[in-house]
Amino acid sequence: MKTKIEAKNIDVFYGDFQALRNINMQFEENAVTALIGPSGCGKSTYLRLFNRMNDYIDSFKMNGEIVIDGKNIYEKDVLVDDLRKGIGMVFQKPNPFPKSIFENVSYGLKIQGIKDKDFLNKRVKKALEQSALWDEVKNDLDKSALALSGGQQQRLCIARTLAVEPKILLMDEPTSALDPIATAKVEELIHQLKEEYTIIIVTHNMQQASRISDFTAFFYMGDLIEYDKTDTIFTKPKNERTQNYITGRFG
Amino acid sequence: MNNLEKEINSLKKELLNMFFLVESQWKKSTIAILEFDQDIAEEISSIENRVNALELTIDKKCENILALLSPVAIDLRFVLSTYKINHELERVADIAESIANYVANNDEAYPKEVIENLQVNDMLNEFNSMIDDIIESFEEEDTKIARKIFKKDKRLNEYNKKAGKSIIKFFDTYNRENLMYLLSTIRKIERAGDSLKNIGEEIIFHLEAKVIKHKEKKT
Repeated sequence: MKTKIEAKNIDVFYGDFQALRNINMQFEENAVTALIGPSGCGKSTYLRLFNRMNDYIDSFKMNGEIVIDGKNIYEKDVLVDDLRKGIGMVFQKPNPFPKSIFENVSYGLKIQGIKDKDFLNKRVKKALEQSALWDEVKNDLDKSALALSGGQQQRLCIARTLAVEPKILLMDEPTSALDPIATAKVEELIHQLKEEYTIIIVTHNMQQASRISDFTAFFYMGDLIEYDKTDTIFTKPKNERTQNYITGRFG
Repeated sequence: MNNLEKEINSLKKELLNMFFLVESQWKKSTIAILEFDQDIAEEISSIENRVNALELTIDKKCENILALLSPVAIDLRFVLSTYKINHELERVADIAESIANYVANNDEAYPKEVIENLQVNDMLNEFNSMIDDIIESFEEEDTKIARKIFKKDKRLNEYNKKAGKSIIKFFDTYNRENLMYLLSTIRKIERAGDSLKNIGEEIIFHLEAKVIKHKEKKT
């Protein structure tokens, strides 16, 4: 296994509040890593470091390095737009644009200036196939994305992310607004996607973390408490706080 | 206390009831063998139904917890080990009944001289002390006590080994069929000891997350 992402001595502050404390972690390539922990533990802040989404927050300050493929993405010469081409993100609630299915999926490519119709068609088809949505929408590509069900919309958002062919997928509770059937589809998809992508997922659903991830990191009040293979975390965690959290005895 | 904790506590109580039932069956069985008490031997058989019913209750509880409450880590290990301990205990109780049946269906007591020579009394005391240890270790969640079992199990094996050789010299003096029942009783005590050892291993798995079965044990 190869390390794709490395977090070195990460501290994050929002003004005076320290949201993350001295986090050191290595993420394996082509693996799913789940970030778990109670609300406010810093896991979403941490996830958003990898595509520099926190940069928009005025009081945000970070120490340390996030190294992706050997390059610290917080160095001054890094162009954030270029960085994000390689790092897709899927959010808690499906957020398709009020446009057609085709336009949604091709959106990222178009803003990159790609106009070649054939190329766009191929990429849209591939992304929809990868997100297991093609068979359901192939005859309705011109229809509004808003007409899709919640589960389909979330898979569409995944397709939109995949269309620009990122290497890393960040997912922030991608199934929390979905029913169990749609959740199962997205989970199956995540499982397939790890063949080609390095995936980091924030989830509040313990069973989801145990079902889909290879590695699990438990955060608590800004600290990384334990990081190990998922089967170890869920069968014999080393830290008592991890055990209390995953068994529901916390607090 | 959340729902899972409540169910785990309730399961623990049921398993403890099973432990106490098995302990009582063996105390009675010990009296039946050593004092040729056929009434007690028959009582053991009548109680065996309760053991079987409790086994099914515990099985069902384990199944429900796994299906409905998705236990992980120490909770998962507890349910898995309880499931196995439950079956081992049922087997241990079966053995108590089976050796009591020898007494119930026999016309004469086992000869005192042979009982003494084969150290059946000591073997049964050792066995009963293993049950006490295992219950204490389960109740107190103390793996140190569970580890005492392994040494004691080895001693049961030695009693059993010696008995096979020693009993031959009594063949001309006493009823051979009766002696064979006694030897079979000793063999069964040894086998029940193996089950207690397995239970000790499960308690250690639950509490320490260590798998020690099929490994050489430090006693």
